[in-house]
Amino acid sequence: MAAKPDATASTFSLKTLKLKTKQQEILIRVTILCLVYILAFVTRLFSVLRYESMIHEFDPYFNYRTTLYLTEKGFYEFWNWFDSESWYPLGRIIGGTLYPGLMVTAALIYWILKFLRFAVHIREVCVLTAPFFASNTTIVAYFFGKELWDSGAGLVAAALIAICPGYISRSVAGSYDNEGVAIFALLLTFYLFVKAVNTGSLAWALASAFGYFYMVSAWGGYVFIINLIPLYVLVLLITGRYSMRLYVAYNCMYIVGMLLAMQIRFVGFQHVQSGEHMAAMGVFFLIQVFYFLVWVKHMINDTKLFQALLRIGVTSAVTVGAIALGLGTASGYISPWTGRFYSLLDPTYAKDHIPIIASVSEHQPTAWSSFMFDFHILLFLFPAGLYFCFKRLSDATIFIVMYGLTSMYFAGVMVRLILVATPAVCLISAIAVSATIKNLTQTLRGKPAQTLSAKGAGGTRGSSKQQASVDQSIPLLKNGASVLLLGAFYLLSRYAIHCTWVTSEAYSSPSIVLAARGAHGQRVIFDDYREAYFWLRQNTPSDAKIMSWWDYGYQITAMGNRTVIVDNNTWNNTHIATVGRAMSSYEDEAYEIMRSLDVDYVLVVFGGVTGYSSDDINKFLWMVRIGGGVFPVIKEPDYLVNGEYRVDKGAAPKMLNCLMYKLCYYRFGELTTEYGKPPGYDRARGVEIGNKDVKLEYLEEAFTTSNWIVRIYKVKPPTNRW
Amino acid sequence: MVKSATTKDDAHALFHSLRSAYSATPTNLKIIDLYVVFAVFTALIQVVYMAIVGSFPFNSFLSGVLSCVGTAVLAVCLRIQVNKENKEFKDLPPERAFADFVLCNLVLHLVIINFLG
Repeated sequence: MAAKPDATASTFSLKTLKLKTKQQEILIRVTILCLVYILAFVTRLFSVLRYESMIHEFDPYFNYRTTLYLTEKGFYEFWNWFDSESWYPLGRIIGGTLYPGLMVTAALIYWILKFLRFAVHIREVCVLTAPFFASNTTIVAYFFGKELWDSGAGLVAAALIAICPGYISRSVAGSYDNEGVAIFALLLTFYLFVKAVNTGSLAWALASAFGYFYMVSAWGGYVFIINLIPLYVLVLLITGRYSMRLYVAYNCMYIVGMLLAMQIRFVGFQHVQSGEHMAAMGVFFLIQVFYFLVWVKHMINDTKLFQALLRIGVTSAVTVGAIALGLGTASGYISPWTGRFYSLLDPTYAKDHIPIIASVSEHQPTAWSSFMFDFHILLFLFPAGLYFCFKRLSDATIFIVMYGLTSMYFAGVMVRLILVATPAVCLISAIAVSATIKNLTQTLRGKPAQTLSAKGAGGTRGSSKQQASVDQSIPLLKNGASVLLLGAFYLLSRYAIHCTWVTSEAYSSPSIVLAARGAHGQRVIFDDYREAYFWLRQNTPSDAKIMSWWDYGYQITAMGNRTVIVDNNTWNNTHIATVGRAMSSYEDEAYEIMRSLDVDYVLVVFGGVTGYSSDDINKFLWMVRIGGGVFPVIKEPDYLVNGEYRVDKGAAPKMLNCLMYKLCYYRFGELTTEYGKPPGYDRARGVEIGNKDVKLEYLEEAFTTSNWIVRIYKVKPPTNRW
Repeated sequence: MVKSATTKDDAHALFHSLRSAYSATPTNLKIIDLYVVFAVFTALIQVVYMAIVGSFPFNSFLSGVLSCVGTAVLAVCLRIQVNKENKEFKDLPPERAFADFVLCNLVLHLVIINFLG
């Protein structure tokens, strides 16, 4: 006869299975995890169902192209690939300047599926890689939550992270970008490291080193790990919570992890030469000195002598370290913090010094509305979770608190980094939710509330006495608890509704296919980008060179299969500035520049007919700024009128005659775009354009897409001598 | 004069007390300590050689030094786990500690050989 199940479980039909309580609990847990796994995958499929299975945005096209190359040519060719189809005439060493983790992962999945005789196209694998790894992240979150608090918190963490919009934004189906895999690697590394610190086992530390290797191969954000973990070790050392397990965990992870990380060509020797990685090395030496001193203290057992040794040892070690660091930085051997990461510490740095970094929309500081949009109730559950963590401080909770606080700071500096903060916020909120609901349900069932210092477990004799006293002291306690419980469930259900709505409305658009509502409410699709790229592919000679702004470079190479001048890698600022200068000059000066770069076709994006606001005219001021940063002949005030950016009659004369204006508005003056407005009315800017009579001397129009979004012009060869 | 005398006395007393305490450690721990000293010494020799000859194949230099530092650190971890005085590791069987040590060394040296160039 099976043991009598608990009161709450007897109402289910689990009794028919004759399971013990422990087995019932495991069954419930496994079911919840399976459902969360499927949920995380399914909620990211909106755009596949609405449009088609395609790659979104800009960067994923480069990743797709490299993955295609990897599956076709093999790993050796991929690792040593020099690409002459981008950054003409410079070319790009792709093998040495990318993070191979994502491509190798997708290729591995593709090869496994092929081995199992599933004939899928690599594009389908690429599109669905991110949701698959999001599901895996929820499993890791469960184990991490279990390590931090208990399995209930783990389950809540898995459920929260499955639908959290902060993570979904970069991991929808089709968003084939590094972050989709990197967040999985990040959470895995942190989980394995915390497990290593908790158990003190070399095997777990080795596993965390491998996790770190995967993270380094996947994303440049690994710098966060290699700075957070030394900071955590430092905090533990300072607060006196150090132990032998910490030594074992950190040392093995640092040495093996550093060696593995240096195998990636793009990272190279940065772990010993770059300022961003010096914190880890400093803490490594500090930990050796520290533990050596602890060992000597243990050996001597005489405090006076030890104090003397301590004085000598610490001062000499710190002096030597400081001198070494100073020499290294002064001589330039240790490179200072690069612009990308320095702008995280000093957010105003990029705007003044590096316009390219400042111009990316994802690098702007975060507004409160973005936080609310991406986190919803987690935003106020986060401080509650911090409170619970501080009440039960252990090595693991100190880690998650530090992770949460540092990542929230960085999320405030740059919108894109909300993604890095999401796992921490979900875990900490899960602790709050789990602890609160546990207390409430125990109050409801009549057991005394568990005090968090684990003293409240109490014997059976104590519980009945406390139960009576609890019931007597607060008469409506049970009612209050049930009301609060209902309130908690209501909040969580609103969270789920919000997340699904956000995913559906905001984060599922492919960016390359635009949709709008027609006059009768039917959905209208603008597929102009792909129309233009396929026109390029089919109607231009195969060695044609295309000049466009760097946003579209990856897409042109991947879908149009033509050589581009600049693309999204933005590794060469002068080359981009040359293109910017060409776009902002008068047509004859621009023609000189285009001849020098062997340009055959020019591609611009124009939103005046459809009202599409991310077109080149709106990005034009950035072209001016970046071009003007390198060539002082381009001055931004020339294009503005009283500091205002205008394209109508009152616009600056240089603006009305520059190449970008002419290419966008060629023949536009004859077009009536909106009922009741004059011809040449620009729907994106909301004005009638100033110069309607555009004549092109050195270029001719090659192709304009059906909604005028992409316009392609052919550069005419020089005329014959007379 | 008095200060330096007391510092010298301190150093002597320190040295003697350390020596007497160390001779009490078990032999297996002393063997591990010897290995650590050997590894660190080898690393120092490599650094001196690099200072004389130059660091041209930098990956080779790094892999050499890091292999010495790595085995030294892993040996120290083994010593910590095997040492009977450490309360935290008292239910860890020494065979498991040694197996972990061997595994980590294996991975370390595989990566070193890949990195050696």
